[in-house]
Amino acid sequence: MTALFDRYPTRRRFLAGTAALGGLGLAGVRPAFAEVNWRKFAGTRIEVNLIKSPRGDTLQQYEKEFEALTGIKVSSEQVPEQQQRQKTVIELTSGRPSFDVVHLSYHVQKRQFEKGKWLADLSGYLKDPSLTDPSLVESDFAGAGLTFAKDPGGVIRSMPLSVDYWIIYWNKELFAKKGLAYPETYDQLVAAAEALTDPKTNIYGFVARGQKNANVPVWSSLLLGYDTTTVGPDAKLLTDSPEAIQAAALYQRLMSRSAPPGVAGFNWAECQSAFLQGRVGMWFDGVGFAPPLEDPDKSRVVGKVGYGLMPQGPKVRAAATTGDGIGVTAGSPNKEAAYLYCQWAVSKAMGTRLLQAGAGVPFRNSVLNDLDVRKGVKMPAAWVDAVAASAPISRLALPVIVPVTEFRDVMGVALTNLLSGGDPAGELHRATDEFRPVLARSEAS
Amino acid sequence: MSGTGSALAAAPHRRTYWVFILPAVVTVGAVILFPWMFTLWMSLNEWKLGESRHFVGLSNYIRLAGDGRFLESLWHTILYTALSVAAPVFLGLVAALIFNKRLPMRGLLRGIFVMPMMATPVAIALVWTMMFNPQLGVLNYLLSLVGIGPAAWVYHPASVIPSLVMVETWQWTPLVMLIVLGGLATVPAEPYESAEIDGATGWQKFRYITLPMIAPFLLLAAMIRTVDALKSFDIIYAITQGGPGTASETINLYLYSVAFAYYDVGYGSAIAVVFFVLIVALSLVLLHLRQRSKWNEIGDAG
Repeated sequence: MTALFDRYPTRRRFLAGTAALGGLGLAGVRPAFAEVNWRKFAGTRIEVNLIKSPRGDTLQQYEKEFEALTGIKVSSEQVPEQQQRQKTVIELTSGRPSFDVVHLSYHVQKRQFEKGKWLADLSGYLKDPSLTDPSLVESDFAGAGLTFAKDPGGVIRSMPLSVDYWIIYWNKELFAKKGLAYPETYDQLVAAAEALTDPKTNIYGFVARGQKNANVPVWSSLLLGYDTTTVGPDAKLLTDSPEAIQAAALYQRLMSRSAPPGVAGFNWAECQSAFLQGRVGMWFDGVGFAPPLEDPDKSRVVGKVGYGLMPQGPKVRAAATTGDGIGVTAGSPNKEAAYLYCQWAVSKAMGTRLLQAGAGVPFRNSVLNDLDVRKGVKMPAAWVDAVAASAPISRLALPVIVPVTEFRDVMGVALTNLLSGGDPAGELHRATDEFRPVLARSEAS
Repeated sequence: MSGTGSALAAAPHRRTYWVFILPAVVTVGAVILFPWMFTLWMSLNEWKLGESRHFVGLSNYIRLAGDGRFLESLWHTILYTALSVAAPVFLGLVAALIFNKRLPMRGLLRGIFVMPMMATPVAIALVWTMMFNPQLGVLNYLLSLVGIGPAAWVYHPASVIPSLVMVETWQWTPLVMLIVLGGLATVPAEPYESAEIDGATGWQKFRYITLPMIAPFLLLAAMIRTVDALKSFDIIYAITQGGPGTASETINLYLYSVAFAYYDVGYGSAIAVVFFVLIVALSLVLLHLRQRSKWNEIGDAG
């Protein structure tokens, strides 16, 4: 419902939404934009390239407000994720991109954008009081956001827009039928998944991505619970360490014994379909799927979904984190105007809208911790709790290297092979050997 | 040059001639020749988008020889192509023989039969993806009606290529049928009459009269199918994206990943060059076979 609300605004709803936000402003929730000379670049025209997503939808939906505030003319387009990544890389390589503002997936593109020197340095603008609202300070962003936004030299090159924590969606009704409680450890996770599974009634305990490439964050998230990660400092591959092999064995067990048939070909969309039908006990994925699950037009599990924090691993409890940001291209002739757009995109007002609609989770603590903002969230309270509880235990889900896609493909094939009976140690050793030269070539260049 | 009158008269002609073919030369040069030369040049460089480019000679080709994923995709391409040629050619031949008989409502049935050919591959792929779904798909439901347990279809490495070939066969059998029907229409009645007098069986008539007569048409269909199956991308990409794992990754899909997901333009160009050579070689073999079958036909007739 909420997603539909945002996607198909009527004039009345738009006015009501604006009035509500105005009310928040009066209550002191919305930061005053008074000090900044927003109209300094009135008449400038900027091109904005967005990833097709609920974030992109929200930004496009309210861009008229930005135009009214600044007098800057915005021309924005949304492109599906994969195609957007290709388009932006090709255009940025040419040195003359057709856009001034670019939306990027940190977990895939961070290093690539840094190496290509494609993003403008924003640190000067951040210090300029005529350009930056005083409420926009580094300390307001979650740690993971700043890690994403800063280059190795500590220079801010983008604004962290939205964070994605990995959580477990669980079907409370199926759990109640078996008298089970939400798992708090990895062992309990396996036990609950297997107890819920009953192929005769077409009920399965657990589902997550099995498709090559898409499946890597599932395994790397499990690995975080062993207090280690996939690539260590100095670009050392840890993908066939004893912990990585244990995490892969855990992935294999969950996905072979408790997941629906054909899971090796599942991306998030297939997982979502299975969970929406009420046939799956637990679904492990990013935090952004609450709107469809709570939409009575799409979901058979409305009101039955629990939102669980990632269970405790053998060593630590860690929530895998991915995220996206928005930056100004280095080749843009309208950098200041583009920067104002980025600032507006991560403003408290926009962050509030993102969170309240369940369209994304802003990196800014002043939004997440604001009780008035939280009251307006249209998703269940358990969802907000899971988000808030994930923040302090967040760790990056994927390595910060240039060939992330290749990493995900190579490791992803190994993981998919596990689902047809492959040996975890053998598969991970083979994949690691295959990826090592790719990483070495990338680091050397 | 000579100063004779005829040569002078021919000269303006020659100049006009060049003006007329210039647009064609420029177009061919710009859209075929230049991209190919550039691809060839890039294949000799190590170049990832966003990084510097440097000349590496043949090292991309040497890397290809040791790239397990490439070799695997080569094998998948060959298997996929062989099956996607054999199945539609066989079924198309059978369909043509059936539709060549005087059936009631033959025109209508032929019309219905060629419909899959007109559909958009990506739309077909999305519909088949739903039908293949092991939990919710209609194919496993149909199997359950005849007491067969659920199959994993495109969701298992062992069954993924045959399942994809099934989609390809469903779509392209009608094309083969149309080509063979055209061939059957040209077969004269006399050889059958004399065979009838000699007491030949139905199988003998098919084997020794029909098949040799329509062989050039079958080869033509096989050639079109081979080139089509080799470059097949949309159906595979939309249904499996080359998965599970890399079980249905053909050269085309691997090439796409290398060039547009890993941005390894140099290496991707080397794959494209090898793929191009493969297609040209195969086309030459098929053309040669077709020439030979034509020659035989004329020879036999003589």
